[in-house]
Formats: sequence, C-alpha cells, structure tokens
Amino acid sequence: METVLKVENLCKSFDKEQVLKNVSFELEKGEVLAIIGSSGGGKTTLLRCLNQLVIPDGGKITVNDDVIFDAELGKENEKNLRTKRLHFGLVFQQFNLFPQYNVFNNLTLAARLLAKEKNSKNKGSSEDLKKEYARIDSEAEKILERVGLKEKMKAYPCELSGGQQQRVAIARALILHPDILCFDEPTSALDPELTGEVLRVIEGLKSKDNTMIIVTHEMEFARRVAGKIIFIADGIIEEMGTPEEVFENPKSEKLKNFFSKSVEKL
Amino acid sequence: MAEAFLVKIWNFIIQFVSGINLPDFKTFCEVTLQLLDGFKLTLLIFAVTLAGALPLGLLITFGSMSKIKIIKGLTKGFVWVIRGTPLMLQIILVFYGPGLIFKIDGLNRLPAVIIAFIINYACYFSEIYRGGIESISQGQYEAGQVLGMTKTQIFFRIILAQVIKRIIPPMGNEIITLVKDTSLARVVSCVELLKAAQEIVGLKAIIWPIFYIGAFYLLFTGVLTIVFGKIEKKLDYYKG
Repeated sequence: METVLKVENLCKSFDKEQVLKNVSFELEKGEVLAIIGSSGGGKTTLLRCLNQLVIPDGGKITVNDDVIFDAELGKENEKNLRTKRLHFGLVFQQFNLFPQYNVFNNLTLAARLLAKEKNSKNKGSSEDLKKEYARIDSEAEKILERVGLKEKMKAYPCELSGGQQQRVAIARALILHPDILCFDEPTSALDPELTGEVLRVIEGLKSKDNTMIIVTHEMEFARRVAGKIIFIADGIIEEMGTPEEVFENPKSEKLKNFFSKSVEKL
Repeated sequence: MAEAFLVKIWNFIIQFVSGINLPDFKTFCEVTLQLLDGFKLTLLIFAVTLAGALPLGLLITFGSMSKIKIIKGLTKGFVWVIRGTPLMLQIILVFYGPGLIFKIDGLNRLPAVIIAFIINYACYFSEIYRGGIESISQGQYEAGQVLGMTKTQIFFRIILAQVIKRIIPPMGNEIITLVKDTSLARVVSCVELLKAAQEIVGLKAIIWPIFYIGAFYLLFTGVLTIVFGKIEKKLDYYKG
C-alpha cells in the first residue's frame, strides 16, 4: 500500500487557544478516514488546515511525497498555495455552490479556468483548448450521472433540494480529481430525510483510487464506510484505529463519554 | 354628508383650475425648447457623473477594505469628509478653490461641477459596494479557493455578479437622487434644467415653467425606475 497523506505534528492556535495540538496521522491510497468528536474539538480546523484555508502554525503535510506544507519553510506564495490546495477537494457543510451558475457551470467553471491557464502556460493552440473544454464538458456530464443529477444539469442551485445541492458540490469537487477528497460534516445542514441520498453517494465513491476524509456526526455511517476512525477531543487525537477497535473497545474516558452522550441524544 | 363633502372638493378643483391662466401654444413651445436646452446639460452631468463615479467608487471600496491600515484610514477619512459636507459646498470649493487657495486659473464651470459630482457620488457608491461585498458569505470565497481559483478570478467570476444583484435596489435609489441633485449645478451658474426655468421665470415674468420642469424630472426618474425594475427582474433567475 502506498501512503498518500502524511500529517506530522500539525498545530494551530486561534488567539491564545490551541485548537490542534501535534496532530499526526497517515492515510493510504483508497482509505476512508472518518473523523469524529464533539463540536469545537478541532475536526473542522484539521480539514481546513489540510486544505490550507487556515494556515497551520506548525507541522508538516505531505501528499504523495510532495511537501504541501512545512512550517519551517515559511509562508508560501499565492500561486504555489493554489497548486498545493488542488491535492485536496473539499465539500462544505453549507454546500457553497455558486448561485448565479447552473449546475453544469458550477462543475465546469474552475476546471475550464485551470485548463485555460495551463494552455496559455504551455503556449497551446486555441484548438487544443477547445478540445480540452469539450473533454471537461463530457466529464461533467458523466460525473453528474454518477451522482444521479444529469437531468438537473441546467437547473440553478436555488431550484434544488439541499440533498441535491450537496450532491452537486460533491460532483464539483470530483471533477478536479483531487488526491484526497474531504467532507466537512456533509449532512449536518440537511433535513434528516435528505441525508440518506448524500451518504449513499459518498459511500458509492469508495474505491481503491478514492482516498477520503469525512468529518461526520453520523456514527453508523462512519462505522460502515470508514476503514479508519480518528476521535479528536480538545485538539488531540485521543484514539485512532479501525471501526471495530474504536466502536467496540473505546479505551479513553473521553471517547466513552462521547459515545454515551451520542446514545443519550437518541 | 359624504355627498356634500365631495361637492365641496369638486367646486374647489374647478375654481383652482379655472384660476390658472393657460399659456398660449407659441409661448409653450418656446419655453419647452429653452427648457430642453437646460435638460440636455442635466443629462450630460448625469451621464458623465455615472460613468466616472461607478468605477471610481469601486476603487474607493477597495481602499476602505484594504488590509493596509494607512490606506484604509485615509480612504475612510475621505469618505467621511465627502459624505459629511453638502454637495453644493463641494461644487463651490472645486470651482473657486484653486483660484482662491493657489492663485491659479480655476476650472471652467462644467468640468468643476462634474468633478465635484463624480467624487461625491463615488463615495456614496463605494459604501453601497462595500455593504454588498461584505454581505457575500465567506463560503463563496472558500469554495473558489479550494477549486484552485485566483483571487481575481474569485472576485470577478463569483463575487461580483452576486454583489451586483444585491446592490441594485440601493443603487437605484442613489441614481434617482443624482437626477435631482444635478440641479445643484446652478450654484456656479451652469444652466441646467432648474436654472433654465428660473431664467425664463425672470425674463418672461411667468411662474409656470418652474412647475413644468417637475414633469421633466418625473419623466426621467420614471424611465430610470422602469430600467431598474427590468434589471432586477433579469437577475431574478437565481437567489443568493
């Protein structure tokens, strides 16, 4: 198995509060990691650090042997940051689709811009670019078919249900072929009856090529889909292991507490 | 009771209307033509101010949202001064100021008026733009960032269109105010619509032209209201 992601001693503070304390873990290709824990524990910050929406204070992130963040090397310039971000895809809790574009253009906008940039850098002809656009368009259609929304191609986000919007957001992340696809509580903003369709799409993405990190409160889902579970509390990885290890034999008091509270909620 | 009241109102209207001396057709045409001359200048001030203030306003917005404290402070101070003093005062200052302060030849009347208008309206527009930009959720920027877009692409491809949709109603308000504010140009003797009417009133000793120009302003703002309504409707295809 090849290691896709290596996170070493990741730290992040906001003001004086330390949100992530020396977080380290590794992911192998095709692995699905579920991150669980109470709100405010640092789960979302960890995802945002990986995507460099938040710049970590310390530590190192390596994707496929490419160092995408190293606190010792100092700040990256905007252009490098942009390329390095593309190793990751991120699906937000609030979908964040672009409201003025229809579903199809939501998918193709960024891909086309990147293609155009690449074309002018390589001094390609306008014919090449047209071909590339056509390739992107046909791929967008395929991906929309995969998430079951091909017939909604021309619809605007405001015309879709929350579940459909989130499926478009997943499709939008997929079209850029990230090495690691991250989900930040993808079903938390949805009505309960809509979570199923989104979780099914995520589950359907599981394959030997798709490495995924899912921050979630859906314990059953995490247990079923993930190969590895991380439990974060107060910015520290309290427990890490296979679903069996973590769910059947929680070792730390914090995790036991967390589970009993989750059950209480039911 | 109600009938008697209505009859009273009717009688009053009849009396009022028959008391007005309607102008003869020839004078009416003469006056209309003269007023149209003034109206041309009103239109010119309006159009040039818009053409200058819309982009300049965006520049001021970027200044007032700048991360560099000095630029932000200076811009905010400038906007405070411009919004905090009457436009009429600013017109007078731009027209007479250079001559009085620096003892140099000042600007001609019309350029001075237009410069004052552009600066004044750019400041008001900049605050509307800022409100629009700040109302867009951070998630839109972040979505662009994780999709590998540059800051410029994010602003022009994602944010701007949403900002425009949100600021159309307050901009409509401000632009209709501009139509009426053009009448301030008369303070440095630019013969725009109101000044043209005043001159006729003085020369011909008739009062009605001054009321007649109300119809010009109403017509103009009416057209603008329709235009803005159309733009709003056109952008209605999405929410957000």
